[in-house]
Amino acid sequence: MELTPKRYVDTVVLAPAGRLDHSTSEGFKTALAPYMASCAAGQDHIILDLAGVEYISSVGLRVLMLASKQANAQGGIIGVAALQPAVKEIFDITRFTTVLNVFPSVREGIARLSPPALSAFDAT
Amino acid sequence: MPPDAALRVRFWGTRGSIPVSMTPAEIRRKLITALVRGAGRSLDTPEKAAAFLDGEIDFAVSDTFGGNSSCVQLVTGAQDYVLCDLGSGARVFGNDVLARHGSGGHTFHVFMSHVHWDHIMGFPFFLPIYTPSNRVRIYGCHAELEDAFRRQHAAPFFPVDFSELTARIEFVRLQPGREYEIAGLSVKAKLQSHGGDSYGYRFQRADRVVVYSTDAEHKQDDLGEVQGFVEFFRDADLVIFDSQYSLAEATSIKEDWGHSSNIVGLELCQRAHAKRLCLYHHEPLSDDQKLAALLAETRRLEEITRGDRRVEILAAYDGMEIAL
Repeated sequence: MELTPKRYVDTVVLAPAGRLDHSTSEGFKTALAPYMASCAAGQDHIILDLAGVEYISSVGLRVLMLASKQANAQGGIIGVAALQPAVKEIFDITRFTTVLNVFPSVREGIARLSPPALSAFDAT
Repeated sequence: MPPDAALRVRFWGTRGSIPVSMTPAEIRRKLITALVRGAGRSLDTPEKAAAFLDGEIDFAVSDTFGGNSSCVQLVTGAQDYVLCDLGSGARVFGNDVLARHGSGGHTFHVFMSHVHWDHIMGFPFFLPIYTPSNRVRIYGCHAELEDAFRRQHAAPFFPVDFSELTARIEFVRLQPGREYEIAGLSVKAKLQSHGGDSYGYRFQRADRVVVYSTDAEHKQDDLGEVQGFVEFFRDADLVIFDSQYSLAEATSIKEDWGHSSNIVGLELCQRAHAKRLCLYHHEPLSDDQKLAALLAETRRLEEITRGDRRVEILAAYDGMEIAL
């Protein structure tokens, strides 16, 4: 899966697209892995821009949970942003809004995680 | 009911982990809500009041999902009784049999998901075991099936030892994956992920299928395992599914606690083309309002994720009956 990474100082924005379900989640997990290695204290923050994701199943949500656990263990921060209404509803129903960092937009997520990255984001 | 009549499923206990009862505060809240809603109405007969409750008051206010632990009856139309699990709901079931059909001469076939306490605790209070002319056949896949029942009756846990039970009680070990013909039903068990293992059961008679799948965790890491459950649920008329936790809980703080979520149940049923999903083994912390919300949210999720087939979503409650 192509994640079209964009770096803003210490924050990497990744943008999966389409459906994150049983047929795509393994590819999503594999594509995410190299970025998760550096999602650690003193290194990178990660924001997943989900604007292009139209559906996420329990398997896709599990990939996000495992990534969040890895980030927590490494002292890093990962969040998701810009959820489509249907995906936001799935996050609400599954209670994932209570266990993941969920931001209304990529910009608001960057603003919460890294002021230097926000400056770089606004300058683009 | 004749043996060729439609299968029915009756729920005697639907709560997970431990029986619960409504608190006085909950009862009071329901009464206040109903009384306020009925203010100014002419509700001066039991019939009018009942019609008002049935027609205008939400289930979470007018009724309760109930608090007995796991016990489900498959009503086959034959004389023998068929049950899944012997949680505290079995006490109510046993009393009902005695009240309706007398104390003796009955045969019960019971399929055990596993022998954790909440699934066997109704057995000592299942009155048919104290009548000599009754026969109770307990089926399961665990090697320790009989031992667990005997130990529950042993001192100091219970005053009546297992050896003093007068009904004819038999334990039958089943092999998962093998199909059996029992009490007019085709039955197949499947291993599930749970502490000490649990087993789901797929029951079939003619073209009607009921799956009883409780106390099962589905991490979904292993696609082959997922596909195995899709096949186990395939084209079922009803899947009774452990939905004790939210997906977030099941994948975070309650991972490896052995239970699943409404979301995973829905996804498996959608992929299996099952017709109905019944949420079951309710979280003891959930009051009626929370369970009603769980049902509404699951129905909404089904709506927004529906493909070309609809899955009807139900939430089990003590006393609920479903005709297939």
